[in-house]
Amino acid sequence: MNMDNSKKAWLYLLPSLILLGAFLLYPLLDVFVYSLEEGFNFASQTYLGVGGYNYLYVLHDPYFLQALKNTFILVLITVPVSTCLALLISVALSSVGALRQLYQTIYFLPYVTNTLAVGLVFMVLFQKTEYTDGMVNLLIQWFGGEGVDFINGPYWAKMFVLCFYTVWVVMPFKILVLTSALASVNQDYYRAARVDGTSRLRTFTRITLPMIAPMLVYLVITGFIGAFKAYSDAVALFGTDLNAAGMNTIVGYVYDMLYGDSGGYPSYASAAAMVLFVIVLTITCINLLVSRRQFRG
Amino acid sequence: MDIKLQNLTKRFPGRRRGGSGEVTAVSDLSLQIQDGTLVGLLGPSGCGKTTTLNMICGLEKPTSGRIFFGEEDVTDLPPEVRGVGMVFQNYALYPHLTVLQNILFPLENLKGAARPSREEMRRRAGEAAALVQIESLRDRRPRELSGGQQQRVAIARALVKMPRVLLLDEPLSNLDARLRLQTREEICKIQKKTGITTIFVTHDQEEAMSISDCIAVMKEGVLMQQGHPQRVYDDPSNLFVARFLGTPPINVFEAEIRGQVLYLLGQPVMGAPGVPDQPVWVGVRPEGFTPKEDGPVTCDLDRVEALGRDVSIVCTHPACAAGTVRAIVSSAREINTDCSKMRFGLQPDKVFLFHRDSGARIPFCPVS
Ligand SMILES: Nc1ncnc2c1ncn2[C@@H]1O[C@H](COP(=O)(O)OP(=O)(O)O)[C@@H](O)[C@H]1O
Ligand SMILES: [Mg+2]
Repeated sequence: MNMDNSKKAWLYLLPSLILLGAFLLYPLLDVFVYSLEEGFNFASQTYLGVGGYNYLYVLHDPYFLQALKNTFILVLITVPVSTCLALLISVALSSVGALRQLYQTIYFLPYVTNTLAVGLVFMVLFQKTEYTDGMVNLLIQWFGGEGVDFINGPYWAKMFVLCFYTVWVVMPFKILVLTSALASVNQDYYRAARVDGTSRLRTFTRITLPMIAPMLVYLVITGFIGAFKAYSDAVALFGTDLNAAGMNTIVGYVYDMLYGDSGGYPSYASAAAMVLFVIVLTITCINLLVSRRQFRG
Repeated sequence: MDIKLQNLTKRFPGRRRGGSGEVTAVSDLSLQIQDGTLVGLLGPSGCGKTTTLNMICGLEKPTSGRIFFGEEDVTDLPPEVRGVGMVFQNYALYPHLTVLQNILFPLENLKGAARPSREEMRRRAGEAAALVQIESLRDRRPRELSGGQQQRVAIARALVKMPRVLLLDEPLSNLDARLRLQTREEICKIQKKTGITTIFVTHDQEEAMSISDCIAVMKEGVLMQQGHPQRVYDDPSNLFVARFLGTPPINVFEAEIRGQVLYLLGQPVMGAPGVPDQPVWVGVRPEGFTPKEDGPVTCDLDRVEALGRDVSIVCTHPACAAGTVRAIVSSAREINTDCSKMRFGLQPDKVFLFHRDSGARIPFCPVS
């Protein structure tokens, strides 16, 4: 009986397993194979040898190292910042009575706006050209600061804009998820806490946070994965030649290696993609382990 | 702690603009509760019991009226300084905390001089757990407990602060029948042991009658009657209270007073001296019927149900509002189930008259 059931379950799962295998597992294996083949040529489908050469090349390529550094900075800044900000805004949103719908709509607007369009707006706001210093610089100067070109200027300024932009783009979704998570917490817990004289801070840390913890974990994990795969954001701000701008990301590097001006190296691209895969896998596993321990403790 | 509710009114604003659709959940409720008693707040669903409880504990602010704990006016005090313990209908135990952590939670909220040491907290939590007999469950989480056990944890959590007043909102409604019986005894026992003034809400009249020192019956936000359960049962002030108390419920007939005599379908039943001529409702408790060969009330016999100690006679009467009439008689009495008709006499103290329109009680001294 039990055996039958599990066989049946596999049968029902078969279509999706086949699709997953064809479009996910097979390409992954294929990329892995490519990454080990030295000097693979698409046109002739030939290669020179097998080994770790591609990895060695990629790991010594300054452009790749730059992309790796950029990606890590982006991830480490934007994931915590966007999650915390989204949590703050959601808590504030769920405690306002009037106009809540309006605020919710406003905060959700960036989500339905095209990211490239948003990028263009950011560029206009931050860029310094011969004709104008740009809105942000005018503001900085008005406060008595010194203007800086955020788009073509120093590295930290460009990184700041990229992080700002990324946080801006990922926040609406997080706010949406967290406001619904907060709304689904049974009000009786808060009533019980009030009768027992629980301070607001303690109510938040001991009741609200544990109640929405599963959603927070979900947001952090998907946030990490999403930020590691960032590419279009950088393009929207700094154009397609990211290596020249020093703002490339790992996915951008992979793309450049395949199709960019200096492209045509599927083996290097595959090796870089494998490196990214291993990084994301490791981080996700760590995330899951930590969150599981949190739940137990 | 004596509790005094003075003309309490709670109105919830309507959803629509301009305040239309306003709900009056509690209307001009005045109630005195003696120190150390167990009071059952009783009424059908939606009559404002929870709202009343919320106002007493401070979760809702009354629209008007005052609440006194002893001499102290607590109407404008926030819940945490009122010294109330509350058990919510769904218990509201924090699911991510263990039983012990749940019970400790209210103590850990205390600040400054009121905050006991860690050992003292543990000792008090242990005491509260012992009182409701859940010491062995202290490291479990709420979802690993049965409904009855969760209930006890909720009571322990409410008691651990040593509140002046304990409030229980439908504490038994989520339990199965057997557990309900057992738990209500235990609530009664705990209340007697601690001597804490306790108000418990229920829509089940039997529950309220069985353990309360005093019951208060509400209908649509208005207090109908208050008093010792037996007194209220024996002397209901209106048709609603008479109908709400007692299982099986009271039998209500359409009747008429003519020339100081009560008529049921034109049949004189008993004398009603001093009552003016008018159409009335007449209520007869099931135990108020006595089978009698020449009794004035004739019913069509439907069936006889043996209940062990008693026998329930189910019959129909054309003047009966509910259709069926239920009479409870002692099983020692022989009942002839062959006849299709059954004649009853009425015990005068089990018969009540009510106004046909208002349902208010009409006092009378029956003469058979
Ligand atoms: N927060 C609220 N807003 C609007 N109406 C409410 C609210 N709470 C209760 N009510 C209304 O007040 C009435 C009494 O409710 P409640 O006190 O919960 O009844 P009970 O506990 O006796 O079942 C109901 O008609 C209910 O719809
Ligand atoms: Mg209720």
